[in-house]
Amino acid sequence: MTVSQVSFGSHEPILEVKNLTVRYIGDTRSTTAVDRVSFSIGTGEVFGLAGESGCGKSTIANSIMRLLKDPATIAGGTISFGGKDVLAMSPEELRRFRWQDVAMVFQSAMNSLNPVLTIGEQIVDIFTTHAGYSRRESLRRAGELLELVRMDPARLKSYPHQLSGGMRQRAVIAMAVALKPSLLILDEPTTALDVVVQQEIMAQIKDLQRELGFSVLFITHDMSLMVELSHRIAVMYGGRIVETAKAQDVYANPRHPYTRALMGAFPPLSGPRVPLTGLPDGVKFRNIADLSEVAPGHFVAPVDASAPMNDSVNLEGAAR
Amino acid sequence: MSHSSTSPLAGPTTSTPALQIRGLGKSFPLGGLFSRASLRALHGVDLTLGRGEIVALVGESGSGKSTLARCVARLEKPSSGAILIDGVDILKRDRFQASRAFRSQLQMVFQDPFGSLNPAHRIEHFLRRSLAIHGKGGSSEQEIQRRLEELMVTVGLQADMLNSYPHELSGGQRQRVAIARALAVEPQIILADEPTSMLDVSVRIGVLNLMRKLRDDQGISMLYITHDLASARYLADRTAVMFAGELVEEGESLDLLANPAHPYTQLLVSAVPDPSRAGSYDPVRRAELRQAVMASTNCAFDGDPNQPCSAEEPVRHQVGDPKNSHWVRCHLYQPWAGADGHALASEPTLATERTHMKASA
Repeated sequence: MTVSQVSFGSHEPILEVKNLTVRYIGDTRSTTAVDRVSFSIGTGEVFGLAGESGCGKSTIANSIMRLLKDPATIAGGTISFGGKDVLAMSPEELRRFRWQDVAMVFQSAMNSLNPVLTIGEQIVDIFTTHAGYSRRESLRRAGELLELVRMDPARLKSYPHQLSGGMRQRAVIAMAVALKPSLLILDEPTTALDVVVQQEIMAQIKDLQRELGFSVLFITHDMSLMVELSHRIAVMYGGRIVETAKAQDVYANPRHPYTRALMGAFPPLSGPRVPLTGLPDGVKFRNIADLSEVAPGHFVAPVDASAPMNDSVNLEGAAR
Repeated sequence: MSHSSTSPLAGPTTSTPALQIRGLGKSFPLGGLFSRASLRALHGVDLTLGRGEIVALVGESGSGKSTLARCVARLEKPSSGAILIDGVDILKRDRFQASRAFRSQLQMVFQDPFGSLNPAHRIEHFLRRSLAIHGKGGSSEQEIQRRLEELMVTVGLQADMLNSYPHELSGGQRQRVAIARALAVEPQIILADEPTSMLDVSVRIGVLNLMRKLRDDQGISMLYITHDLASARYLADRTAVMFAGELVEEGESLDLLANPAHPYTQLLVSAVPDPSRAGSYDPVRRAELRQAVMASTNCAFDGDPNQPCSAEEPVRHQVGDPKNSHWVRCHLYQPWAGADGHALASEPTLATERTHMKASA
C-alpha cells in the first residue's frame, strides 16, 4: 500500500508522483532536496503541500513543470500526468503541457509580470501563442478572464505598476487559468499579501476551482490557510513527506511531532489561551523513515523514540 | 486630546505607566522641494503601555504601525504629540535626538534578524558592546563574562554560541541574540516590530514564548507590532487596531477578538484563516463591512444617550464590560480621505503607496 493509492473521492488521479528524488549536484558536495516523495492528486482535488523554506516543496513544483535547471537533476522516480510520462516529454510536448495542462502561479507572482507590457498584452500573448486565437478574439477572452477574477476589463490597458499587489495577483491567477488547465500549481500564492487580500484571493481560487473543476497543488507554510482550502495535505520536512492525510484529520489529529510544531505555530483565534510549543531552535529530524498507515488514509513517518523531539522538549520555548 | 479616562490601564501597574503616547501625529512630505502635499501617516494616536504589560498593535501594511514604532524609537521625528516615559516627555527632554538615557529605557527588536546583526562580528561582540556603552556589565572582566552567559541562558541559547558568527545561527537563534542584545541594556520597554515574521514558522512560537517569559520574569513592558492577529491574541494583554494612521479599537485581547466592534476590526478578524470556523467567507457581508469602513452611515452606538456619537471628533465608545477597557472609535467618524489600507482601496494612488513603503521600510 503506497500513498499514491489514496486520493480524494473515487476519481482517477490526474497527477501521480512516485518516489521522486531530486538532487542538487555541486562541485564539492551534493544535496538531496527531494527524497523519494510519492503522492497523487485526484481530479478536482485540492492537495496541499506544507513545509518550511528549504524543505523541497518548491522543487517538487518545478519538477512537475519540468522547470528544474542545473545543478538540479531528477535522480529518480516518475511523474505521470493523465497517464503521460512527464519526465519523458519532448520539448514540443512540454510546450503544450505547460500552461495548457498544468499552469503555475509562482511565489511573488505579482512581481513576475512584465513591467513594460500592459496586462492585456500579456494575457493576449497566452492565447495567441498557446491557443492560436486571433488578436481580436484573444482580447475578448482576456476581458472575460478579468471578469472571472472580478476585475474591471478596463484594466487590460493598465500596466502592472498601476495595480495594487492583490490586483496583480488576481491578474496572474487569471492568466494561469486562461487555457483551462486541469492542474493549477499555487506556490505560496499569498505570502506577500495582507491578510484581508489573502482571504479574498483564496476565496477567489476556491470559486474558480468549483467553477472550472481543475485540481490544485497548493504549496504554503501556513497550516491554517492550508487546512481551510485543501482536501488532503502532505507535510514535508527535509525533502521527505512526514505525514499525509485528509486535511481535517491532520488538523484534528496531527501525529508527527513536526506537523504538531507547524500547527502549533498558528495560535487559534478562539477559545482559551493555551500555551503552545514550537520546534526548539536547532532540532533536526534525520533519516526520516517511509510512511506507514496509522489510520485509514492517514500516513505518518514513524518517529524514533530516541529522537530528540518528544512533547516534553522545550515546553517553554526558551527554557532549553 | 487625551482619552486616558476611557482607557484605564490593565495589568500590574504603579501610578505612572511605562509609556504613554499622546496625540502623536506624523506626516511625510510628498512631491518635490516646493510641493506642499503631504501624507498623513499618523494622526492623534493615544496609546498607553502599563508596567509589565504587553500591548499588541495590529494593522495591515500601510496602516502606520511601523511609523508609530519608528516615532516612539526616535528613528523618525513626530510632527506633533508627546511620548512620555515614566511621565517625562522624551520629545522635550531629548530635543534633537535620542539620548543614551532614553536608549537604556527603551530598546527595539527589529523584523529582520539577518540584517540587524553585523556579519563580521561574533555574537559576543554585540552583547559586550551593549553592556559597555551603557555601563551595565559590571567592572571586572569576570562579571562581564558572567553577565554574557546569563543573557544567553535567558534567551534560551547555549553560552558557547557567544563565539559563533551570525551566519552560523538559524533565524530563530539570531532573533534570540537580537533580544539578548536589547536585554543587555536592562530596558523597561521593548519595542518589537514584527519580530517573528521573517522566521521559519515552527520556531516563531518559541520567540513569542520567550517574550512572554521576559515580561513575566523581569516585568519588561512590550509593544508588539504585528499584522498577525492570532499571535497578538496569543501574546498580548491588550490589542490596539490601527487603520489609516489612527487607532480605531482597543481592548483586552481575547475580548477584542471575540467581540470586534469596529467594521475594520471585523474585516481583519474574518480574514484570518481559522480551520475551526466553518464557512468563513461571505462576500456580501464583507462588502457591507468595507462600506461601513469607508463611508459609514450609522454607528452601533447611535442613539445611546450615555455614549453620544459625533461625526467630527474621534469619539470613543466603550464596548461591553468596563473591566476589559475595550473601546471603539465612533463609526460615524470617517477616516481621512487618504485612507488606503491595501485591502480597502480599490485603486490605491501610487504616491501614497510608495510613501508607505518608505515609511515602513
